[in-house]
Amino acid sequence: MYDYTAFDAAFVRARVAQFRAQVARRLDGSLTEEEFKPLRLMNGLYLQLHAYMLRVAIPYGTLNPGQMRQLAMIADRWDKGYGHFTTRQNVQFNWPRLHDVPDMLEALADVGMHAIQTSGNTIRNVTADHFAGAAADEIADPRPVAELIRQWSTDHPEFQFLPRKFKIAITGSPNDRAVTRAHDIGLRMVTRDGAPGFEVILGGGLGRTPMIGKVLRDFLPEADLLPYLEAILATYNLLGRRDNKFKARIKITVHEHGIDAIRDLVEAEFPRRRAAFGGADRDWLAAIAAQFAPPAFRDADPAPYHAARDADPVFRAWTDTNVAAHRHPGYGIVSISLKAHGATPGDATAAQMRVMADLAERHGHGALRISHEQNVILPHVPLAEIPAVHAALRDAGLGTANIGLASDIIACPGMDYCSLATARSIPVAQDIAQRLDALGIEQAAGPLKIKISGCINACGHHHVGHIGILGLDRAGVENYQVTLGGDGTETAAIGTRAGPGFAADEIVPAVERLILAYLELRDGPDETFLEAYRRLGAAPFKAALYPESEPRKDRSRAA
Amino acid sequence: MSRPFTPQVVTANALVAGDVVYLTPDGHWSRHHAEAELIEDPDRAAARLAEAAAQTGTVVGAYLAEARPGPAGPMPVHFRELFRAQGPSNYPHGKQAETRDV
Ligand code: SF4
Repeated sequence: MYDYTAFDAAFVRARVAQFRAQVARRLDGSLTEEEFKPLRLMNGLYLQLHAYMLRVAIPYGTLNPGQMRQLAMIADRWDKGYGHFTTRQNVQFNWPRLHDVPDMLEALADVGMHAIQTSGNTIRNVTADHFAGAAADEIADPRPVAELIRQWSTDHPEFQFLPRKFKIAITGSPNDRAVTRAHDIGLRMVTRDGAPGFEVILGGGLGRTPMIGKVLRDFLPEADLLPYLEAILATYNLLGRRDNKFKARIKITVHEHGIDAIRDLVEAEFPRRRAAFGGADRDWLAAIAAQFAPPAFRDADPAPYHAARDADPVFRAWTDTNVAAHRHPGYGIVSISLKAHGATPGDATAAQMRVMADLAERHGHGALRISHEQNVILPHVPLAEIPAVHAALRDAGLGTANIGLASDIIACPGMDYCSLATARSIPVAQDIAQRLDALGIEQAAGPLKIKISGCINACGHHHVGHIGILGLDRAGVENYQVTLGGDGTETAAIGTRAGPGFAADEIVPAVERLILAYLELRDGPDETFLEAYRRLGAAPFKAALYPESEPRKDRSRAA
Repeated sequence: MSRPFTPQVVTANALVAGDVVYLTPDGHWSRHHAEAELIEDPDRAAARLAEAAAQTGTVVGAYLAEARPGPAGPMPVHFRELFRAQGPSNYPHGKQAETRDV
């Protein structure tokens, strides 16, 4: 766990004091909303549909129990007793009052947290594999590098006014759990002849114009990372479009100029940047890495775990989905589902936050993670203690066994909260999960990712859902468009639109038909939905979505 | 040829609490859609919006939203405005949780 330096702490405190004064000046009328809005956005404060929303950064999704408890305290004291974990590994509070926000930020600063750079045209919160430092399939823990990037990018004077926001994701594993191909820059740790480095992927992104990132460098030596990132950002800063917000992201720059032209510019800039760095970043990375040293793993006998699996089918089913392989023998990675059937994806009550904090402290070396799939991870739990963890989670309503299954749905806040939304997404997720639970088919259906966004901005990652759902406003009525075959992993693909959209009361039956059709179509239980889709193509799935033959008309009440 | 004018209400978010408010006939801000002034004339709509927009110490982001007459006062037309008038659908929070006589 990275501890803030005195410099970081002073910086965050100064920002809180500054924002407190800005809020006071807004309230006494000395600042207009036009003047205040950019200031509040810089501090993570949005005005949403029903209230303000405070977005708090959780860099690379890593939290300690004290921080989780502080989030619970903030939820109880200044909000409505819960927090919403997002697809950007952030947490959002949906109901703060403007005059309380400085106190909330102060409380966050007390535990080394803040809401800086969760907004604006800057380099945003760096995201990382939520299994970092624990996964059995990992080359190296990517978080020291993520932290280095965070420090380098925070308040970087050259990059505070980029053409548009900029998102970086990093993974240390060949199995990409960080959706690196759908970020402005994706970094995948690789080795060449034993030397560590990165594959640098550029220009991915979802939203209005979804793009899978392209390889800018297949191998960048680890030591060159920051100067190379600076060369990319500097190139984008000059070349990126500022005339049209919808064409300003680097994916469009790459699309318009071509990856080869961008590469030439970056490579030309790179030596200048490297000379300016002079190696200071290397010493700093080493200092950071020391703080991410793995915990003192014990050698615990895993026998109680296996005995519990044999004795208790409920526990067994939960471990099948929610426990992943750990790099250290005798340990497991526990994913806590925030997707109880019918619950709001990503929401945790203050009481649940405290339970998770306690479990991390008692059984998990004090480590907690937030995944972009809106779940909470205990990355380091001795197998022998997992039965106790499971029992405590069940008591807290956190024992749902559905990680990676169809009801483990990503959904953005949609029109229940978000002022940009064109339709709701949360009720669709709730209804699909409850329907699947009632049918009892999700265990049989196996790994299946459903992702829902409430508008084209695609915060719910619908383009990379095996089944993606996009909520739209069609002539004043909510309408849901389905995409098929998306994939956010190392075999990334943008889903293809299946056909006309569905009305709100038609979307759940449509998803049900799709899943039932897949169960009929698959080769056997080992062939996943995505594999079956890739083998068979879209046609049989479209036939299930649109069963009546002629005429094929738009299914929405209003076209 | 001009379309017939659709009745509108002036709505915004309150500066401190951030919640949805509506401009009433007597120029106050109400938290209830039904208490809004249903404006049936484009010139008056523009004038009321300008008045509202000037109140930057009270409200944020004033705009005109379509509405129609209802038994107890104006009602929202678009579903977005209906959600704004009620609160989120996943919890009984926001306006739906509150009694009318606040
Ligand atoms: S996808 Fe749209 S509706 Fe959903 S959170 Fe993002 S901006 Fe809001």
